[in-house]
Amino acid sequence: MAKRDVPEVNAGSMADIAFLLLIFFLVTTTIPKDTGLNRKLPPIDDSEVEPPVIKQKNIFTVLLNKEDQLLVEDELMDIKDLRAAAIEFLDNGGDGSCTFCKGKKDEKSSDNPDKAIISLKNERETSYAAYIAVQNELVAAYNVLRNRRALEVGPQKGFRDMDFLTMQTNHKDVRWYGNKTKLKALIDQIKIEIPQKLSEVVN
Amino acid sequence: MSKFKKKKGGGVPPINTAALPDIVFMLLFFFMVATEMREDTLKIKNNMPVADQVEKLNKKNPISFIYMGKPKEEYAGTYGQEARIQLNDKFADVSEVVAFIGSERAALRDEEAPYLTVSLKVDKQSNMGIVGDVKQELRKANALKINYATGTGDATSNMKQ
Repeated sequence: MAKRDVPEVNAGSMADIAFLLLIFFLVTTTIPKDTGLNRKLPPIDDSEVEPPVIKQKNIFTVLLNKEDQLLVEDELMDIKDLRAAAIEFLDNGGDGSCTFCKGKKDEKSSDNPDKAIISLKNERETSYAAYIAVQNELVAAYNVLRNRRALEVGPQKGFRDMDFLTMQTNHKDVRWYGNKTKLKALIDQIKIEIPQKLSEVVN
Repeated sequence: MSKFKKKKGGGVPPINTAALPDIVFMLLFFFMVATEMREDTLKIKNNMPVADQVEKLNKKNPISFIYMGKPKEEYAGTYGQEARIQLNDKFADVSEVVAFIGSERAALRDEEAPYLTVSLKVDKQSNMGIVGDVKQELRKANALKINYATGTGDATSNMKQ
């Protein structure tokens, strides 16, 4: 018997099938948007313990009213100046115990970054967009100081030219090949030196 | 002499479409890899504000989403113009948040439950009133790790002029 050729499979409709799948995935999926500001809420405190008295000079009050106007330490301020004002407050180092502060050492402002508290108050009619903008600026102020601190301490611990945010991304990155235990210790040290003490007033 | 004989017909030759499936498959794989399944059908407008100090949401930890915003036009007749909360696929009241967190926790393995992060996807036109209420409920439910979902961009552009 003569050898017969295998007939060619008609692949003409493959494109149709692929299109069908493509359109299905286009419709049922979304491109994930998974960025955001991470925050921690304070736990509800039922205990009868009196809260410790905090000196007025260690509190940086930020008030956002229903017209989205910003009142910082009882003075009207533009959102663009908030970051610099918060840095100046945190970096003040009034009692001299903070070795890395480069602020004015003003007696009337905060003692050290560990004692400095930023208090954020908003009203019910405040817009969410404005609130996020303020949160963002305050987080940015902490990040600026932590980055600066990281660039100072980093080289001694063997992490040259790495700011705080890079350290955090590297610590999470599985492809990063440095010493992660040492890096974690350094990150924790900076977090303790410049803690994020951002308190929100519940109204 | 037929060397210069004109081709007969003279019609347009058919385009070779053999590579078409390859192109379509390429697109298909791109969308399969780069996107993920829609979890909830949004019944609210959800246009999020922007910020520039953003962190990526850690996908290793379990995440629950709470949506807030004004109802979309087709629901505006029933649910009004004010910002509302959406849990899973339906509108919900503030008092349902605690139960929602409870059911989200129950669906997780025991060792994962403490790491539950709540992502608040809030429309930028909402007021802080509703967000504050939800935050208070989350404190009651002891779900303290939260994340304000935002886009990336210049945060000061959020402030209305």
